[in-house]
Amino acid sequence: MANFIALVIAGLATGALYALVAIGFTLLWQTSQTINFAQGEFVMLPAFFMLAAMNFHLPFWAAILIGLALSMTILGCAFKKLLVDPMLKHGVLPLAIATMALSTFLKESVKTFYSAEASPFPSLAPDADLHILGVAVSWQNLAVLVVALAAMVALQALLNRTRLGRQMQAAAQNPTAARILGVPVERMILLTFLINGALVALASLLISPIYLAKFTNGETLGLAAFVAAIVGGYNQIRGAIVGGLLLGVVDNLSAAYVSTQYRGAIPMALLIAIILFKPNGLLGRAEERTV
Amino acid sequence: MTAKGRNFLGLLGLAVAVAFLIFAPLSFHRYGIYILSQWAVMTIAAIGLNLTLGYAGQVSLAQGAFVGIGAYSAAILTTHGWPLIAAIVLALALCFAIGWLLGYPALRVQHHYLAFVTLAFSTLAFLVFRNELWLTGGTEGIDSVPRPSIFGLSTTSHLRYYYFCLFVLALVALAVLGLVRSPWGRAFVALRENPIRAMSLGVDTRRYVLMAFAIGSALGGLSGALYAPLVGLVEPPAFALTLSFNLLMMVIVGGSGYFVGPFVGAMTAVLLPEWLRFLESYYLILYALLVMALLIYSPTGLVGIIDRFLVHRRTKAASAARAALGASIEAKAP
Repeated sequence: MANFIALVIAGLATGALYALVAIGFTLLWQTSQTINFAQGEFVMLPAFFMLAAMNFHLPFWAAILIGLALSMTILGCAFKKLLVDPMLKHGVLPLAIATMALSTFLKESVKTFYSAEASPFPSLAPDADLHILGVAVSWQNLAVLVVALAAMVALQALLNRTRLGRQMQAAAQNPTAARILGVPVERMILLTFLINGALVALASLLISPIYLAKFTNGETLGLAAFVAAIVGGYNQIRGAIVGGLLLGVVDNLSAAYVSTQYRGAIPMALLIAIILFKPNGLLGRAEERTV
Repeated sequence: MTAKGRNFLGLLGLAVAVAFLIFAPLSFHRYGIYILSQWAVMTIAAIGLNLTLGYAGQVSLAQGAFVGIGAYSAAILTTHGWPLIAAIVLALALCFAIGWLLGYPALRVQHHYLAFVTLAFSTLAFLVFRNELWLTGGTEGIDSVPRPSIFGLSTTSHLRYYYFCLFVLALVALAVLGLVRSPWGRAFVALRENPIRAMSLGVDTRRYVLMAFAIGSALGGLSGALYAPLVGLVEPPAFALTLSFNLLMMVIVGGSGYFVGPFVGAMTAVLLPEWLRFLESYYLILYALLVMALLIYSPTGLVGIIDRFLVHRRTKAASAARAALGASIEAKAP
């Protein structure tokens, strides 16, 4: 039983990471119909911004700030202005393909210009276990869980409780009506790209100490984020959170109890089942943007 | 330019391309011939995906998995002494059937959801390739897949096998050309452009969606069955999600929905990286940048650029003709 609880907690920590990445993915879809196949690479990259900053002998906290700033500028602003804006009017598919090419570009660039080897990454939490009631939980996982959940709560509060957040939601749900009511839709869309930039930087900061910083880190993560976003409900942030947490737990439990060989199959089976029987996801509403 | 002139130019281009494909490899190195064979094999898979995606409008990220299924069928059967032709027929039938089944989700969901269902299918197929040791040899894969003998002629030399692949490609191209010009092809396009209208006009959209998937997947299987003897080694990483992504990229970069699109797209995806190899580790970076730049410039792909250029000239010629006609009428008027 203690083992089971430990597995669930580790799963929740992984799931919270998936959720962070899935939220960004969902945000981009909601505001600008961008299916970002490079989302995994977006998480891989900021760790290298931070490592590069630390190579200039900057303290860790300064490197984090620089990584965050670069991530918001390059993966947020430049991504939108250079790739998404020119392609958006031509439909979803060419843009999705372009993000596939972008993912190759980012991966190969890191491999060529930084390193093909895994680089160690400093951790926010001590590398030890915490024992509560006979259950061993690593400080790492606990830190991931706390920081990720805090970020999600903050984002939810921003979206639902502030004027800015409601403007963003209006811009996503009905851009035309929002524009008529005086919402600066363009600026709101840019803001979601910046938020995505910040979210992936945060995810990168949390995940890199565990898996080490490597150029291939995005591959599994990007896929997990898609699955989480769809399982939870593609058009809802709450859905992405639930989907992410669920996926993390299912992933960890199936690795332990089903088979390690077919560990990857369970999320996929879940994905197919959800799409076929509940296409709007566990929490999703029917999408109005059809035809 | 008149329609006749355009047709003539098209035929001339086709003749030059075919002559090049037949005679140029005679002076190629072994590796050059190998790469060109790979182009022919990948083009077949891309033609299949173009049918599913370009004509019928059904997004699929599973084409790489079908290439894998075809490759494993061919590898397993030929290493057990079956002739390749039998393996090809079986791969076609198997992929047709699985593709038909994969079409069922497409009846329920569309666009990005469909993309994700097929993506999940690809991942599952990869896991089966990697884990079912008794059938697929696991991570080791299946090696020394024999080259076939066609009418008693051994195809062990790269050149002979290349001609065999080219011959199959030509057959596929003719068959698909016939298909897209038949009422079926028009039904596929109707499905892509406006499914509701197609249904109201009496097109059995259900059947055509399933057909589009099944035929496209069968061509993927055929491509795989040719791939296995070409490379000689069949192992799981070759058929991971990356291959499906690459095939999708070929179709879009070439020009989805254009008949020549997959030929051009496969050429960019297979040959361009080889030409960029002198850049060493930078070549994939540059390749990815080129793909992004192309898609920003022309989201309808390379053939789309030519098409746009032709349409532009045609409208210019038409307006010039109109102006001339107007002038002549004015001149005649008293």
